[in-house]
Amino acid sequence: MTQSQRRWIFLVAGGGFLAFYLWGLIGLPGFGHYPGPYGDIINAIAVPQTHATGVVSAVNFEYRAFDTLGEEFILFIAATGVATVLRHLRQERDTSAVDEARNREVPATSDAVAMVTLAFIGPTVVVGWYLASHAQTSPSGGFQGGIVLATAFVLVYLAGQFIVFKRLSPVALTDAIEAIGAGSFAAVGIAALASGAAYLTNILPLGSTPGAVNSAGTIALISFFVGIEVCAAFILIIGELLEQTLIVREGDR
Amino acid sequence: MTSALQVTILVLVAGGATAVVLTRDPVRQVVSVSIYGLLLAVLFMAFQAPDVTLSELTVGAVALPLLLLLTLAKVRKQEE
Repeated sequence: MTQSQRRWIFLVAGGGFLAFYLWGLIGLPGFGHYPGPYGDIINAIAVPQTHATGVVSAVNFEYRAFDTLGEEFILFIAATGVATVLRHLRQERDTSAVDEARNREVPATSDAVAMVTLAFIGPTVVVGWYLASHAQTSPSGGFQGGIVLATAFVLVYLAGQFIVFKRLSPVALTDAIEAIGAGSFAAVGIAALASGAAYLTNILPLGSTPGAVNSAGTIALISFFVGIEVCAAFILIIGELLEQTLIVREGDR
Repeated sequence: MTSALQVTILVLVAGGATAVVLTRDPVRQVVSVSIYGLLLAVLFMAFQAPDVTLSELTVGAVALPLLLLLTLAKVRKQEE
């Protein structure tokens, strides 16, 4: 196929796509004009029904908690897959955590970088913990909180402490915490089954004040478990990838 | 109705996306995609979606650039 033939095929296909795309855009409702009933219903019933003022969390961890459970296990399986694919093979060996380039000096982590990252670790842990534990009250949730918590561990690495990073997060421990987080989510659902309700029904007391930290029953609990699972999964993935940069295959040199 | 803030951030996001595509060096591209993630987070905030803002902040500005940087480090080491 010649260059000009290709260009013509692209132009015809691109033009057709553009026409249909614009036609589709014209038919869309205007921004903020939501025609479906679901959002309005949720806005009306979510706070009285679940006592959660973070309505997005109420949807995520209550009305569609089963879907969230599926998403939770997607991340769990992804982390397991990364750990399996990147496991140590027989012909691989570890190198120490130093820069191996021969033609340049090893750049030490500058004091400024170390200071800033160390100063950020505390606030990062607080924000992550807040996000993971306040899904029921304000826009937040276990997923975001978990990643922010994991970022604190990455900051330790950025401060130039790979050894400390590995010591803070041994693979066996993060593996176990990840499994406990994911399993506890499923267990909350099974507890509802045991009490005679449907899977993942909110069986805990909702608390008297909507918007209080100790309100909304299982929403707060599930968000917390999701936070633990996401944090551990992310640390596991980052740790595996960091280790990959240190592994040398026999054939490489 | 779109406010001046929303129009501004929409233009910035369009510019940021173009900048990411036009950056050729992968390491620089990671930095620009991270800044693009921050812009997207501000966009979601301007359109009153704070939950999505938090997700975008964690995934777009932190998780994705971090994974890309680590992958680049590994690939470069093999090339040396």
